[in-house]
This record gives sequence, structure tokens and C-alpha cells, in this order.
Amino acid sequence: MQDESLYLIFLNAAVVNNFVLALFLGICPFLGVSAKKETAWNMGLAVIFVMLVSSTSAYGINWLLTELDLLFLRLICYIAVIASAVQLVEMFVKRYSPALFRSLGIFLPLITTNCAILGLALFQTAKEYDFIQSLVYALGAGGGFMLALMLMAGLREKLALARVPSVSQGAAMTLMLAGLLSLAFMGFAGLGGSHG
Amino acid sequence: MADLPNTTEDLTPDTFVRGLWRENPVFVMLLGMCPVLAVTNSTVNAIAMGLATTFVLVCSSLLVSLLRHWIPKQVRIASYIVIIATFVTIVDYGIQAISLELYAALGAFIQLIVVNCVILGRAEAYASKQRLHTTLVNSLGMGFGFTLALLALGTVREILGSGSILGMPLFGESFQPWVVMILPPGGFFVLGTWLLLFNWLRLRRERRVLEQAGVAANAG
Repeated sequence: MQDESLYLIFLNAAVVNNFVLALFLGICPFLGVSAKKETAWNMGLAVIFVMLVSSTSAYGINWLLTELDLLFLRLICYIAVIASAVQLVEMFVKRYSPALFRSLGIFLPLITTNCAILGLALFQTAKEYDFIQSLVYALGAGGGFMLALMLMAGLREKLALARVPSVSQGAAMTLMLAGLLSLAFMGFAGLGGSHG
Repeated sequence: MADLPNTTEDLTPDTFVRGLWRENPVFVMLLGMCPVLAVTNSTVNAIAMGLATTFVLVCSSLLVSLLRHWIPKQVRIASYIVIIATFVTIVDYGIQAISLELYAALGAFIQLIVVNCVILGRAEAYASKQRLHTTLVNSLGMGFGFTLALLALGTVREILGSGSILGMPLFGESFQPWVVMILPPGGFFVLGTWLLLFNWLRLRRERRVLEQAGVAANAG
């Protein structure tokens, strides 16, 4: 059991080891839905919700599988739970906000294959966080994901007005921007607790 | 099955080759970026990750192709994910048994192969429609294309960031390693630069084609 304080766990997941910019988890939605701030915000909310649900369930599953001595099933169970949580969010969004449903498009079901979420479940297991710590970790990771997404969306909205050389348009430019953001986030290194 | 439309592809060299270059999963389709950026800080990691992914890709594509008439359409994605997760668990335990050092270096990213979009994408777009032998060849091509891309990043980052290749030092004592290249921002920069290069090549080729067409039109 780890004895890190909750505050440190949150800070660590949100900025020091930001899931997107330091650990490279969830790059696909980060590059895919960061073109507009509004979509980025909604995507961030959806991811935070799925993270909280899957973190809670992963904690339960891990406990159950340890009791039953079936740890090799862990990966399959985690991914099944995440897929169901995403399905739930999808149904909810479709029912209450069809406009949002359309703007998120393919990236909503693709939250299932967002490695940030499976990564979160695996990391919290590896670090042996207890229930409250897991929840705080999920909130921090989700918040960090949203922060990175919003920053990127802001940059890209400004970039749309700039004149960019034609060779560097598209993904190449976005990756360079992400590199600069990541460089900035490295400034947080050493702020909070352990690595990883 | 006779009642299905015949969409199966014949086995040609292109089945293999297009995964390497024209439909390269990383550089062209921009899929599976997370492991590409995360584990390419050294050449060894890049090779190991590439081979592990290729193994999972080939095995799961084969199984999906074998079961393609039996998996109901509504639950196909869930079935694919369970198949993929099974093979990933095998690889995970395999690498742990072969080299604990490598296992520690790759960390959670071995288990994260489950959510690598390249594999699910192949299962959905190719293996679920094609016969066994074309699937085998195609997924091998894709796997090697993925490994190639990982290598392209891994070698550049290791040479610049630690001044070595496969752990062997390349430069003299006085070499000052460019540390940022093996840190996270370096991953973004190197991949961005590769994409820039490919963009530039593509634009140049298109311009040449246009110029040649212009010359031909003037001559005629």
C-alpha cells in the first residue's frame, strides 16, 4: 500500500506525469478532437466520467480476481468493463445531446480504445492504490487529459489563422506543437512525488 | 459461403508490401501512436515492441479470419477485443519469462497493445472479410510496417539522445547527448520531423508529375 498523500497523487497524475504529454497515453483523441475548444471540453468530460467508472470497477475486479486467484484474466475483464462504460456514456449522450453526439463522432465509441483509460486501470493496480486513492488518481488523470486537450485546442484555433508552410500542414504541425507543450510540461518535473 | 458477395482478395505481392509503405499504419494512417511515441527511446525497445505487436496482430487476425462466419455482426467488436486481449496476455507473460529487464522497460505498454488501434482496425477492416492466407500475409506486412516505423523513431532517438545504437556507443567521449530526444518531447519532435519529410517528398513528387504533364502537353 502506498502512503502518498491524496494531493500529491492528484498533482502527479494531472501535471507532473500528465497522461498525454508525459506518458503518451490517449494520443489518438488528443490529435483527433483537439481542433475546437468546445468539442475538446465535452470530450474531456466524457473521458473523466469513463475514467471514474472504470477506475472504480477496476478496483473491484482486481480485488475479486486476487481473491479467486485468477489474475491472468485481469486484462480481459478490465477491457470488458471499459467497453461497457463507454457504451453507457454513448447511450446517455445520444439520448440527451444529439448535437454533441454528432460532433464527437467516431471518437466517442473509440474511447474504448483510448489507452489512457486502460492505462489508468493498469497503473492504479501496479501502484496498489486503495479505493480513495484510485478515485483521486482517476480524477487527476482525467483532469490532466482535459487540460492537455484544451491547451492543444486553444493553440490549434490560433494556428488556423496563421500562415503555415504547406509541407508542415496537418499532422506534422500538430505533433510539433504537442512536442512544445510536452517540453513546457517537463518544467513540472520534480514538483510531486514519485515517477510513473 | 456462396450467399456472401465475393469481396475476397487474391494473394499478390501487394498484399504484403502495401503495409510496409503505401498503407504504413504509423506514417500514413496515423494509427497506434501511443506505443510509437512512448517506447521508442531506444532501438531495443522499439524492436521488442514491434515484434510483440506483430505477433498479436498476426495471431488475432488469423483467429478473426477463421471465425469470420461464426461471429455475429452485433457483437463483433467485443469478440475481437476479447481475442486480442487473450493474445496480449500470452505475450505479456512470455516477455516476462524471457527478459525481466525488457519487461520493466516496456512497462504497461505491453498490456496496452490491447487498445492499439492498428490491430482492431485490421480485424475489422481486413481479417473479418478475407480468407486465411491473404490475412496472414497482409497482417505480417502491416506488422512489419509498424515495426519499421518504430525502428525509424527508435534509432533516431537513441542516436541523438544517448549517442549510441543498440547500446553500442557511436561517438567519442566528448559527445554531449541531446537528452531531450529520449524524453517525451523528443518523441513528438522526431515523429513530427518524419511526417514533415514524407510530406515534403509527396509534394515534390506531385509537383514533378504535374510538370511532366505540362511538358507533355506543351510538346503535343
